[in-house]
Amino acid sequence: MARLKFLCDADRCIECNACVTACKNEHEVPWGINRRRVVTINDGKPGERSISMACMHCTDAPCAAVCPTNCFYFTADHLVLHDKDTCIGCGYCFYACPFGAPQYPRVGNFGGRGKMDKCTYCAGGPQQDNSAVEYIQYGSNRIAEGKLPLCAEMCSTKALLAGDGEIIAQIYRERVQRRGYGSGAWGWRTAYRETVNV
Amino acid sequence: MRGISSLLLAALLLAAPVAAQTVAPSPAMPTERPNPGASDVQSAAPGVGESRGDGQPARQNPEAANPERATGAAPGPVPQQATPTPTAPIPAPPPMTARGPSAEELELQRALQGGRIEGRVTIPNQSAGILVQPEGRSWRQFHNVTLTWVGGIAVGGMLLLLVAFFLLRGRMAMTEGRSGRTIQRFNALERANHWMVASSFIVLGLSGLNITFGRYLLLPLIGPEAFYLVSQYGKIAHNFLAFPFTLGLIVMLLLWVRDNIPDRTDVDWFKSFGGFFGGAHPQAGRFNAGQKVVFWITVLGGGLVAASGYFLIFPFWGPLDVNDMQLAHIVHSVLSVLMIAAMLAHIYIGSIGMEGAYDAMGSGQVDLNWAREHHGLWVDQEMAKAREVVAPAGARPAGD
Repeated sequence: MARLKFLCDADRCIECNACVTACKNEHEVPWGINRRRVVTINDGKPGERSISMACMHCTDAPCAAVCPTNCFYFTADHLVLHDKDTCIGCGYCFYACPFGAPQYPRVGNFGGRGKMDKCTYCAGGPQQDNSAVEYIQYGSNRIAEGKLPLCAEMCSTKALLAGDGEIIAQIYRERVQRRGYGSGAWGWRTAYRETVNV
Repeated sequence: MRGISSLLLAALLLAAPVAAQTVAPSPAMPTERPNPGASDVQSAAPGVGESRGDGQPARQNPEAANPERATGAAPGPVPQQATPTPTAPIPAPPPMTARGPSAEELELQRALQGGRIEGRVTIPNQSAGILVQPEGRSWRQFHNVTLTWVGGIAVGGMLLLLVAFFLLRGRMAMTEGRSGRTIQRFNALERANHWMVASSFIVLGLSGLNITFGRYLLLPLIGPEAFYLVSQYGKIAHNFLAFPFTLGLIVMLLLWVRDNIPDRTDVDWFKSFGGFFGGAHPQAGRFNAGQKVVFWITVLGGGLVAASGYFLIFPFWGPLDVNDMQLAHIVHSVLSVLMIAAMLAHIYIGSIGMEGAYDAMGSGQVDLNWAREHHGLWVDQEMAKAREVVAPAGARPAGD
């Protein structure tokens, strides 16, 4: 089985935000929520880098560890998915997540939290694959169609890579060796407790 | 001030050509090199007055070389410089590997420091600018380990203590039995407010315990669907009941703070452990020291729990970010489990733990013997007050 991961090559990301837009459109993400976003660090200074970040589908997922209703589950490819039917919108996964991936639509009382929404790696949820119910709750299920996440598939500079961790790490390694530089795989140490050694 | 300074400036400018003429070497005398180390020939601009060592004379400061300029006359022809001054070579840009931080290093460094990696986002949700927040790991440790232990020991330990105390001491009876006469202890407003706070607190406490321990204790028993319903309605109740709870705390503070100021009788109460372990009942006013402790735990602890809870109900209220909400949760949960433990003891002593105590909050009328036993000073005060009503001060018995 593959171990699906994301890798953002910050030396290639041009902050076009197409991944953000594509994700919102593909899944009809609720208003106010961005499952993926592009963060620019050192903006306007030497060493400026843009990193496209969403749920990293961590190895030891903090969200799943702290969830009071145990609504998270792991697929065979180690995607971290959640069941919106048992999520109560308490906010704990957001406190624990290092990447700020879980977000909540403001549907509760006093603008409080509704059911948590986050990147599904385009793999939907526990409902029947590619059913209407699944689409409404989680968005489209490209993984079930044999496709990779849309954000990475349509990335114009191929900065964002999605796929088996070994393969995308190898692609990144070859790139860095060819061009002679690379700032590393952002979030990998935190999410997977490993780094891409070049 | 401005005039004086401009005068000084003019004087300096006039003096400068004189100094240049007398001391500085003129371009016409190239062989006569001045001692570059001498202080009187050093130029204000470093490097300008010195020879470049290529046989050319040292260039002069243009200001000093043209004394006419200071007088306001048109400047004379400036001598043509032979070659432009060579500039220092522009340093090569750092290699790409050294540009900015490396992901591995930055993540490791921030994780060790407990700091976060932040940047700019172009989406409206500015809190998404936090790329990596390692504090989440500490919060997870707190929630899954620390809180479980603190809460388990506080709540479970208190339950065990109360059971043990009940088995050892039994129900504390009135030493003289019921007198049959009663005295009003709490009026309708006080009781209604007490029960508003109490009922909200029970639901808040149970739904809070459910969200902390339910996954391990209740979920395996009732299954995910039922547990989801309990938790979902628990969360809604928890959010809504925060408001009557807070209102009740404020009313409670206003009603009872007067009688809950610590005084000398409290010391005696603590010295004899409140009479819990036998011995004479220490004298007390309307509230004894134990009740005062419960009052201040409720008002101060409950106030802090409520305040921190509102930060969690309203996400990103004001300037708060994820780390502030983590802190609010830590304060909220630790104080809550401690309060639950304290209130378990309060519930025990007010119900099965002591004969006659429940009447105070039930009907509001307590037996006079119970009142004398536990709140003798208060009974004396009430009696004196009642006598005032019947016989005001200065009134004399009839026929006197």
